[in-house]
Amino acid sequence: MTLQRRILILFTAVLLLAGVGVSAVVRASSRAAEKDQARAGGPRVTPGEVSLAPGGGSRMVFRNMAWGPHRDELATVPADAPGGPRTASGVSCLRFHAAAGTGICLRADKGGVQESYRAVVLDAALKEVSTHPLAGIPTRARVSPGGRLAAWTVFVGGDSYAGTDFSTRTSLLDLRTGKLDASLEDFTVLKDGKEYRNADVNFWGVTFTADEKAFYATLATGGTTHLVRGDLAARTVTTLRENLECPSLSPDGTRLVFKKRVPGLPAEAPWRLYALDLASMRETPLAEERSVDDQVVWRDDRTLVYSLPGDFGADLYTLPADGSGAPVRLADSALAPAFLG
Amino acid sequence: MYVADSRGTPAPAEPQAAAPGTPPATAGGTHSPGRRAALAPTVLALGTVSLITDVSSEMVTAVLPLYLVAGLGLSPLGFGLLDGLYNGVSALVRLTGGHLGDRLGRHKALAGIGYGLSALCKPLLLLAHTLPAIGAVLALDRTGKGLRTAPRDALISLAAAPAERGRAFGVHRAMDTAGALIGPVLAFLILRGAADGYDAVFTVSACVAALGVLVLVLFVPGRRTTPATAAPVSLRGALGLLRVRDLRRTGLCALLLGLCTVSDAFVFLLLQRAAGIADRWFALLPLGTAAAFFLLALPLGRLADRAGRRTVFLGGHLALLAVYALLLTGAQHPVLPYAVLLLHGGFYAATDGVLMAEAAGAVPEEHRGGGLALVQTGQALARFAASLGFGAAWTLWGARPALAVAAVLLAAALAGCLWLRPAAAPQA
Repeated sequence: MTLQRRILILFTAVLLLAGVGVSAVVRASSRAAEKDQARAGGPRVTPGEVSLAPGGGSRMVFRNMAWGPHRDELATVPADAPGGPRTASGVSCLRFHAAAGTGICLRADKGGVQESYRAVVLDAALKEVSTHPLAGIPTRARVSPGGRLAAWTVFVGGDSYAGTDFSTRTSLLDLRTGKLDASLEDFTVLKDGKEYRNADVNFWGVTFTADEKAFYATLATGGTTHLVRGDLAARTVTTLRENLECPSLSPDGTRLVFKKRVPGLPAEAPWRLYALDLASMRETPLAEERSVDDQVVWRDDRTLVYSLPGDFGADLYTLPADGSGAPVRLADSALAPAFLG
Repeated sequence: MYVADSRGTPAPAEPQAAAPGTPPATAGGTHSPGRRAALAPTVLALGTVSLITDVSSEMVTAVLPLYLVAGLGLSPLGFGLLDGLYNGVSALVRLTGGHLGDRLGRHKALAGIGYGLSALCKPLLLLAHTLPAIGAVLALDRTGKGLRTAPRDALISLAAAPAERGRAFGVHRAMDTAGALIGPVLAFLILRGAADGYDAVFTVSACVAALGVLVLVLFVPGRRTTPATAAPVSLRGALGLLRVRDLRRTGLCALLLGLCTVSDAFVFLLLQRAAGIADRWFALLPLGTAAAFFLLALPLGRLADRAGRRTVFLGGHLALLAVYALLLTGAQHPVLPYAVLLLHGGFYAATDGVLMAEAAGAVPEEHRGGGLALVQTGQALARFAASLGFGAAWTLWGARPALAVAAVLLAAALAGCLWLRPAAAPQA
């Protein structure tokens, strides 16, 4: 084959492949633009004022995922009409939680070559109080019941070829002193009564106690997950139990709801929800038969709310905390709810 | 498929495997000032293939974590198991690729299959939506990578004149790393233009990968390496490579030093701690190492041709020892991160291609692929063992003592390798 002919073949292929590539990008960007148009049949969203202040009626504040100009903004609905029209705030968050007039918002920063993320503390009027750069992709966020502490978890991707070695990093922030613990891995781990150290330790999914002196979280090491109870003053975490992820403490502090890997389930959907009574350490399976990958929120001492993947973003479901009943869909295209009022 | 003339006589300067219609470059073993032999077109073509392929694969690598978490809503923590499991398989695949290339006398075909497999994985990513499926696609991608590495390096070593091998590998590694630097930028530009456009990233990546395979097919000559009269390459002959003294020494050195090499992930973690680098910059540290590797690959390759490849190879590990020392001092100096990343990139530039150039000199042509694969695999397995060992040491004693032990071991290994010098003077 002559050189001219080979160059001709290469030139033709470059044109063809460039055409395929460009059309893929154009298609994806027009699809992205489509998501900025409100969908017929989707929830109605109008801009307005959203407040995290205590009082002001029982309401839910959450990340609105409905298509339209307010996609990914914090929005609010009355607690008794969760599927109804939404009021959007103009503040965008990927993950969100709030309590006692304080919010934590994990958001993506557009700009720069790489995706970067920040954790932003919000006051009751959704104004930024402080901002903290994140090392990876946001997955969990919590504010303590009294609004004094915040915690968040990010995934930190590996940098090896094909980037498959992941770890998590969980940070704690004292909103009164401004003291930030960049990684829970600086706490002393007490496992089976002894100090435990391992390079593979990962923490995620913090939930705070009402007295704001302690927390529960997941500790993973050596291929097993553990429930740990953390002591903020002593800076220790103590393992309590195996195979327990993303605990969420009930408002009365007596029970944890968590996700657990159940043997025999498919690898891509391994979890089921359980409740754990902290006095008796007895587990109760909940009446949700799908695999839930979320940190559940307590609406009150009897009712849970959590998300499952839906057709247009995630959908919120509600379920009794005692194992009875059945899941009921609460709202479409919504994620990361906080119940206020 | 184009077949070049097979070699008639084992001349020190190998004839260029140039395509008809291009003037053969003169391969000079001696340098007269101001005149250097032109780089073999095959080396440039392979460098181009690597550059294009790396753009493609690094595009995927850069967005994969985001895609798993944000795009698919998966928890990717179970992924780490794949890495460990796959290391053994990858070693076997690499040896197979090298040996088959020798046996069939078709390094280009083997490299083509490897590049093709990886290219095929990019559109497959569009179809895989569960963790096991994505894991399988990534495993296939790495199989392709393992299969092509040794035949590709064999082709480079066969195309370059022996005295120019360091430079040839330097050029190739620089081009390869340039691709790794371009890939993430391109991927994030696409994501910027199309929010959630992961499918667009994978489609563009597939197109780029296909282009890489095409450049290989069109512009890399597929010379048969074994003269028709020679005895067929056998597995026994390949195993006999272990009896070649110079190769054994080179391999043993790479193995010893590999056992004392702390993996990149740990180096970046330790650097972040030592220098107190903010989390937002953490993801940029590997790019710093890659940039230094890119800048230094060619100059150090040339230096290796002149000053001796072993010397530069050992010097590279001396740079790694300096990295350990800097991390151990824990000086909060603003220059520390830059110095560490420069030395770390220098370590790769002085060892990666240079080792291949050195090993190529010790392996007869008909066993070139298998011999290079043997050295690469030994080094890769040693480094894998080192990362397991370092992780365990970190657990037992904490980060700094573990690093101190690694530094002492590396210094001892360096001393051992100096003592293992080949009796003959290194070929310049």
